Amino acid sequence: MDFQIALILGQDGITNGAIYALLALALVLVFAVTRVIFIPQGEFVAYGALTLAMIGNNVFPATAWLLLGAGIAVAALDGLGALRAGQARKLPRVLAVNVGYPLAVIALLRLLPLAELGLAVQILLAMLIVVPLGPMMYRIVYQPIAEATVLVLLIVSVASHVAMVGLGLLFFGAEGYRTPPLSDARFDLGSLSISGQTIWVVAASIVLIVALALFFGRTIYGKALRATAINRNGARLMGIPPALAGKLTFLLAALIGVLSGVLISPITTIYYDSGFLIGLKGFVAAIIGGLASYPLAAFGAVLVGLLESFSSFWASAYKEVLVFTLIIPVLVWRSLTSHHVEEEE
Amino acid sequence: MKLKKTLFVALGLAFAAGAAHAQLKVGITVSATGPAASLGIPERNTVELMPKEIGGQKVTYIVLDDASDTTSAVKNIRKLVSEDKVDVVLGSTTSPNSLGMIDVAAESQTPMIAWAASSRIVEPVDDKRRWVFKTPQNDSHMSTAIVSHMTSNNVKNVAFIGFADAYGEGWYEQFKSVAEARGIKIVANERFTRTDTSVTGQVLKMMAAKPDAMFIAGSGTPAALPQKTLKERGWSGKVYQTHGVANNDFLRVCGADCEGTLLPAGPVLVAEQLPDDNPVKASAMTYIKAYEAAHGKGSVSTFGAHAWDSGVMLQAAVPEALKKAQPGTAEFRAALRDALENMKEVPAAHGVFTMGPNDHLGLDQRARVMVQIQKGAWKLVQ
Repeated sequence: MDFQIALILGQDGITNGAIYALLALALVLVFAVTRVIFIPQGEFVAYGALTLAMIGNNVFPATAWLLLGAGIAVAALDGLGALRAGQARKLPRVLAVNVGYPLAVIALLRLLPLAELGLAVQILLAMLIVVPLGPMMYRIVYQPIAEATVLVLLIVSVASHVAMVGLGLLFFGAEGYRTPPLSDARFDLGSLSISGQTIWVVAASIVLIVALALFFGRTIYGKALRATAINRNGARLMGIPPALAGKLTFLLAALIGVLSGVLISPITTIYYDSGFLIGLKGFVAAIIGGLASYPLAAFGAVLVGLLESFSSFWASAYKEVLVFTLIIPVLVWRSLTSHHVEEEE
Repeated sequence: MKLKKTLFVALGLAFAAGAAHAQLKVGITVSATGPAASLGIPERNTVELMPKEIGGQKVTYIVLDDASDTTSAVKNIRKLVSEDKVDVVLGSTTSPNSLGMIDVAAESQTPMIAWAASSRIVEPVDDKRRWVFKTPQNDSHMSTAIVSHMTSNNVKNVAFIGFADAYGEGWYEQFKSVAEARGIKIVANERFTRTDTSVTGQVLKMMAAKPDAMFIAGSGTPAALPQKTLKERGWSGKVYQTHGVANNDFLRVCGADCEGTLLPAGPVLVAEQLPDDNPVKASAMTYIKAYEAAHGKGSVSTFGAHAWDSGVMLQAAVPEALKKAQPGTAEFRAALRDALENMKEVPAAHGVFTMGPNDHLGLDQRARVMVQIQKGAWKLVQ
């Protein structure tokens, strides 16, 4: 291996690491606020990428029907709840948000000449379809059992993951898709050639991380989420509804998932079941951050990306083994350090 | 379509309950979901096109999905032979599934025709494999085609990259033994997985070995990733792929980056370009026309044709077996097995089948052609 190969591998590792970092942040966020280990995170990556690919191929994306179905389910749950509480006047709003919005999106998809739109508009459409699935999923699946143990929530996560993969096969078929790159440009830095897509991925990740930091530090909603993460009951006493915090968290998680999908699908072929492994690598990174620390998780993600890229050069047959073995020393170290914390308390 | 299939199966079951005799029951397990779904879906679609009547007997197809999972495949064949009492079992899509099913087929003395490629499914023909046949070509058929193309094009050093699973490993072993016998050196040996997001590391190592040609052993659209990366890193030499990529989705995903790729394939892939005197042409065109009439132009794939060929085999063998016994009996199953083994010169979509007591595949060199990707389409290499 010479210096040039190391540079290329490093570039590759950082590109993938940036995407794992986004997913790791989403996983940490969801766990901190709702105690859900969000295994379906990866599915939002695949749904986002494949919905964009469908739009690009001028096919009506079937995820829009899922949006409508989920919307109707949420409207039924919320509507019944409102009726029981004797608040029938809330009904029009519930219907407009949960059924009206999906219908509007479907109408938009039917009317627009999908393939002729610019890539940016197509990405926006894909986000309009897939991102609301996050909070809807929270309302249908997690909100009724929000007080359950972490283990129950984890099992429900596995179930939702399996359901979403199955639906993905139904919607997108078994074959994979690639979407056009956000930029075809190439920059030559000495002997190293950097593609525009790489810059997009790294820049978008950094922008998103900064935006999240600002959101949590400066806005009232961000502060509410942080408060819920630190102490759920305390936050509730201060007037922060846990359901709102949950939906907001899942909205952010779905948004991050879809953006990751849009960023990664020009680099590699995405299949209906690709999301799981990508999400799992984000999970390894999140574990390195102890499912609590954002900077450590981001650092772990870059580490996973680099380890993956260099091990693919040295021992390609054992690449996945090496990446997932990383979790063992981390867990040992984590369990040793957290033991000390308990003693200090 | 889902509903149609359910009705189809339900109707089949209803008939099965009503009339115990005078109809042929075909049990099928197929990987219509899970990782092998891109192979299993065209196979399942093909089942709907199979003959509804053979030798005056109504044929009932009972289709089960095994989700590309070996345990489910074995469970499915157990259910088919014990509850449905089928006369013959077809499938499954993948080699591990089919290998797992052999024991049940032998135990219940039910002939089985696998749609998976591994040569171990039918070799050696022992007490158990007496009952097992298969339609897809062996990897060795395909690797000899690649190696002879390499030797006649002056390729001396080859860099290999394959799936990090049974497919890639099997190809590496096959290819290595044939290539080394013909004096071709393998200068790099790398692995990647179906779900990899990048193979830059492997590709850099392959290029550093300075080979005359690259050989990618992967199946379906994931095999496009190494080729796209090779192109990106400036490789302009020959690239060989396996017949695992011979479907139109691969062309769609790989696009212009796969121009010039060479691969061996079953003749059905380029049936229209075969000379008229080729015995496979007519039978392959029959399948293509039937499939495209049902599923649209350009929808046909070589994987579905493996399923079709098992139907062709049944059409040839069942009338022979009917002379000896009635469907639904152990004698009929034994007679069907004998008839399958005695099949001679039966033209199908992937080649001409001539079975024997030691050959339960029955294909020869007519079952493969070399194909090149030219202008985004498959072109027969003469």
